[in-house]
Amino acid sequence: MVVPYPVHSEPERPLMATQHSRAAARLMISPAVLLLLGWMLIPLCMTLYFSFLRYNLLMPGMEEFTGWMNYRFFLTDPAFMDALVNTLLLVGGVLLITTVGGTLLALLLDQPFWGQGIVRIMVIAPFFVMPTVSALVWKNMFMNPVNGLFGHLFQSLGLQPYDFLSQAPLASIIFIVSWQWLPFATLILLTAFQSLDQEQLEAAEMDGAPALARFWYIMLPHLARAITVVVLIQTIFLLSIFAEILVTTGGGPGTASTNLTYLIYMQSLLQFDVGMGSAGGVVAIILANIVAIFLMRMIGKNLDA
Amino acid sequence: MGRIQLEKVTKSFGEVNVIPPLDLEINDGEFVVFVGPSGCGKSTLLRLIAGLEDVTSGKIEIDGTNATELAPAQRGLAMVFQSYALYPHMSVRKNIAFPMKMAKVPQDEQKRRIDAAAKALNLTDYLDRRPGQLSGGQRQRVAIGRAIVREPQAFLFDEPLSNLDAALRVGMRLEIMELHERLATTMIYVTHDQVEAMTMADKIVVLRAGHIEQVGSPLELYHNPRNEFVAGFIGSPKMNLLKGDTARQHGAATVGVRPEHIAVSTTEGLWQGKVNVAEHLGSDTFLHVNDHGLGSEPLTVRVDGELPVKHGDTIFMTPDTSKMHRFDDEGLRL
Ligand SMILES: Nc1ncnc2c1ncn2[C@@H]1O[C@H](COP(=O)(O)OP(=O)(O)O)[C@@H](O)[C@H]1O
Ligand SMILES: [Mg+2]
Repeated sequence: MVVPYPVHSEPERPLMATQHSRAAARLMISPAVLLLLGWMLIPLCMTLYFSFLRYNLLMPGMEEFTGWMNYRFFLTDPAFMDALVNTLLLVGGVLLITTVGGTLLALLLDQPFWGQGIVRIMVIAPFFVMPTVSALVWKNMFMNPVNGLFGHLFQSLGLQPYDFLSQAPLASIIFIVSWQWLPFATLILLTAFQSLDQEQLEAAEMDGAPALARFWYIMLPHLARAITVVVLIQTIFLLSIFAEILVTTGGGPGTASTNLTYLIYMQSLLQFDVGMGSAGGVVAIILANIVAIFLMRMIGKNLDA
Repeated sequence: MGRIQLEKVTKSFGEVNVIPPLDLEINDGEFVVFVGPSGCGKSTLLRLIAGLEDVTSGKIEIDGTNATELAPAQRGLAMVFQSYALYPHMSVRKNIAFPMKMAKVPQDEQKRRIDAAAKALNLTDYLDRRPGQLSGGQRQRVAIGRAIVREPQAFLFDEPLSNLDAALRVGMRLEIMELHERLATTMIYVTHDQVEAMTMADKIVVLRAGHIEQVGSPLELYHNPRNEFVAGFIGSPKMNLLKGDTARQHGAATVGVRPEHIAVSTTEGLWQGKVNVAEHLGSDTFLHVNDHGLGSEPLTVRVDGELPVKHGDTIFMTPDTSKMHRFDDEGLRL
C-alpha cells in the first residue's frame, strides 16, 4: 500500500551548480533504490506466481499451474466474506474510537493542570507495550470470566460474569486494539492542538462563540490534517492486525473474529496450502489499495496545504 | 455608546505585578491611543478591557454598567489582533460573517452588513478567498471588517499595523482614522510607535511599566510633557535632554530641547559642535552633532529645508529658551 504524503516543492536553486550534483545524487542513491525495489518486487512476484499454482506442502512435488482455481476457492469460501466484514469492522471501529477518543483526550491534556508531564507520559505508555503482551494481559487479567478483574467486578455487583472473548469476540478485540492505538492518536492530535494559534480562539471568544462552537468551528478544522494523518497511518497497520487475534480468540468462535490476515494465516499455514494463501495475500493487497483509494478520495484533500 | 471607565484596576501574573492600580476614563466616540515601550503592559491593559484577562482587583465599567465579571462576548467590544487572528479555513465572507452567525443575525441582514463592510474596505473582489491567499494589508482589512459587522460599542486594536510595511502602514493608518470619523465609535488603539499615536489620537495615554505617565491630547503631550519620560517618548526625533552646567544655568536638573527648537547656523551661535551624521530628507535636514561640550550624548537638531553640511563640518546652534523644558532631579516638570 502506498502512503501518500504531501510533497513539498523544492526551494529554487541555481541551476548550473546543482546539475552535476543531482546526477551524482541519483547515481549514489540507485543501489538503495534497487535494493528496495528488489526487496518489494521479488516477494510480490513470487506471491503472484504461487497464487496460480496448486501448491500444498503436504503434497510436495505435485505443484502445477491451476489458473484462477486458488482465487475461486478463496473468494467463494464462506469464511472469506466473514473475514472481509470483520476486517472492515475492526479497522472502522478502531479508527472511530481512537480518533474521537484521541481528540477528546488531547483536548483534555492540552489544558494546563498539575502533574501534566507525568500524565502525558502515562497516556503514551500503552503504545510501548507489545501487541501480544497487551492482548494477553487484557485476555487473562481483565476479560477472563473467572480470574479477570471485570469478572470480579461483575460478581461484586451481583451480576453474572460476562465472557467477553467468546460472547463478543470482535468487539473485545476492537477494544484491545483501540487501547493500543489511542496513545498514538492522542499524541499526534495533542501536537496539533498545541500548534493552534491562541489568538484565533480569543478572537472567536470575542466574536461570541461559546466553547462548543469554538471547538467545532476553530479547533476541529485545524485538526483536520492531523486527523487525516492518524486515519491513514492507522489504517495501514489495522488492516494487518494479527497478534491480538492469535493470542486471544484464535479467530473464533467460528469465524467471528477472523480478519483477512488471520484467514490467510489459517489457509496457508494451518492447512499448508501455499497457493491458496498466496491468492489470499493478493486479494488482501487489492483490498488494501481499494481502502487506500477510498480514504484518499474522502479525506486526502485535507493534506493539501 | 462606548464610555469605558477603569477604577483602581490591577493585574498580576502570579507574583509579577504588571498593572499597578490604574484609573482611566474613555469617553464615547474618542480615539484613545495607549502608547509606551515594549513590555509596559499595553496589551495586558487592552485585554483586561476586552475581558480576555481577568482583573486581579478593581472595576471596569462600560456605559455605566459594571462589566468586570462579564464574558468578552457580552461586553459589546470588538478586537483586532496584531496577528489578525483570521480563521484560516474559512473564506473571507465566512470570517466576516462569523460573529453575526454566533449572534444569530438573520441571513439577509448578514449579507447586507457583509456587503457594506466589503465595499467600505475594498474587499468585494476577495470575499470568496481564504485568508492565506490575501496580502498583509488585505488580511488587516478583513480583521477590521469582522470587527465592524458586529456594530460594537468600541473597537480595540492591538498594534494592528506592526506587521505591515511602511507604505501600507501609512495607508491603513488613514483608513482607520476615516473609519473612526465615519462610525464615530470609541476606539482604543495600542501601539509602541509614537508617530502613530501622535497622528491618530484624540487622547494619548502614555504608559511605563503599567503606570499611566500622562494622559492628554497629542499637542498637550508635545508642549507640556509632565515628566522626562513623556518628553523623551513623544516627538520625533527625540527631545535632547541635557544635564550638568547647561541645566543648572536654567535652574533645573535636566533641560530638554526639541531638535526643531534649535536654530542652526554655520557661522555663529551659542553652542558649537561637529556634524557626525547628516540626514538630508529634502523637506528637512536632521543633524546628529558630536563634540558639543554639553554631555556625552549626541545632540539632534532639525533644520527646515536643505542645509549643505556633511560629516566633520563645524556648526553653531542656538536653543529657543522659551521652548525649553525643565525637569527636577526626579524627572518631573518644573
Ligand atoms: N500571560 C502572561 N503571563 C505572565 N506574564 C505576562 C503574561 N502576559 C504578559 N505578561 C507580562 O506582562 C508584561 C506586559 O506585557 P504586554 O502587556 O504584552 O506588553 P506590551 O503589549 O506593552 O508590549 C510583560 O512583562 C510580560 O512579560
Ligand atoms: Mg503588546
